[in-house]
Amino acid sequence: MRKFILISLVSLTLISMFYSCQTAETVQKDAYYVNGRDLYIKHCQNCHGAKGEGLGALTPPLTDSVFMKANKEKLACIIKNGLSAPVTVHGQVYEGKMPEFNLANIDLAQVIVYITNAFGHQQGMYTNQQVENDLKNCK
Amino acid sequence: MRPQSTLICAILLAVMLFASSCQQERKLPIYGLRDTKTVKNSDGTAGVDTIYQTIPAFKFLNQDSVYITNEHFKDKVYIADFFFTSCTSICPIMHRNLKMVSEKFKDNPDVMFLSHTIDFKYDTPSVLKKYAQKLGVDGPKWQFVYGPKDSVYTLAEKSYLVAVNVDSTNRDGYVHQGYLVLIDKDRRIRGAYDGTNPEQVAQLEKDIPVLLAEGKK
Repeated sequence: MRKFILISLVSLTLISMFYSCQTAETVQKDAYYVNGRDLYIKHCQNCHGAKGEGLGALTPPLTDSVFMKANKEKLACIIKNGLSAPVTVHGQVYEGKMPEFNLANIDLAQVIVYITNAFGHQQGMYTNQQVENDLKNCK
Repeated sequence: MRPQSTLICAILLAVMLFASSCQQERKLPIYGLRDTKTVKNSDGTAGVDTIYQTIPAFKFLNQDSVYITNEHFKDKVYIADFFFTSCTSICPIMHRNLKMVSEKFKDNPDVMFLSHTIDFKYDTPSVLKKYAQKLGVDGPKWQFVYGPKDSVYTLAEKSYLVAVNVDSTNRDGYVHQGYLVLIDKDRRIRGAYDGTNPEQVAQLEKDIPVLLAEGKK
């Protein structure tokens, strides 16, 4: 009996140690997320709202996971260059113009990590390199 | 035991009565410049009366291309602000907050909203109409008005005491303060709340009923 308790205690400690360890990528993602939130509050929240809920039919919400996933490679271009073409989010068409936000690549990556992991999304890390590649393909 | 509890009850009652009698009805201050004038009282003696600053007569086109004047706000309390539709800085948050206030008072015909555009070049009535529809507040209760630069800017700075200006260095082209100005039935300024500050907007929500109650007496 004593042996059993001892073994289960040791294995429990080992398991909890294993789970509390975060991978380097998770740590980096969390750092991007936190910085991205600050940038979001500064540049995006006025129109898109604190919960990404948008504003009436003026500003689309950022809560459409399907849209965010399908257009992930376009997000950097949209933020950097603005958007004049209509977009369909949650089945509703949003016209009007989004202004451009000329941020550095690192800032774009952080904002993208925030908006694709907040508001109910869980899309993980997005790197500077990915942003750089995306920006080459801007239309 | 019994006399003691009766005594405690009596003391409690007295304290409560005392406390409630001290409570004064809250009244909103009256802002703006003041002047005085001498008036003749009914008994023939001379007295002094205060003249408060009021919003002068105005006439602007609204989102339906109909002229809006002070008459539309007669015997009503209204909240005025200054914005423009292509604004990306403080206007969206101001109108997000003001929309919440308007939803709270949507069944009260005595509360109205008046948003002036300061973009005299682009924000024509049809642009305002589209904006109101997209914001989801298009109705007679919330008027969006367009007017020539001189009259809107003068009204903002001299009467509503809100600073507005053209600024070519600003990305949006205009700068303005985000105040929501509360106007009473006598066209006087009774409050100014920063429309981007949730606490002040909550205060506005509390102050509107106080102002409405004042007119009922």
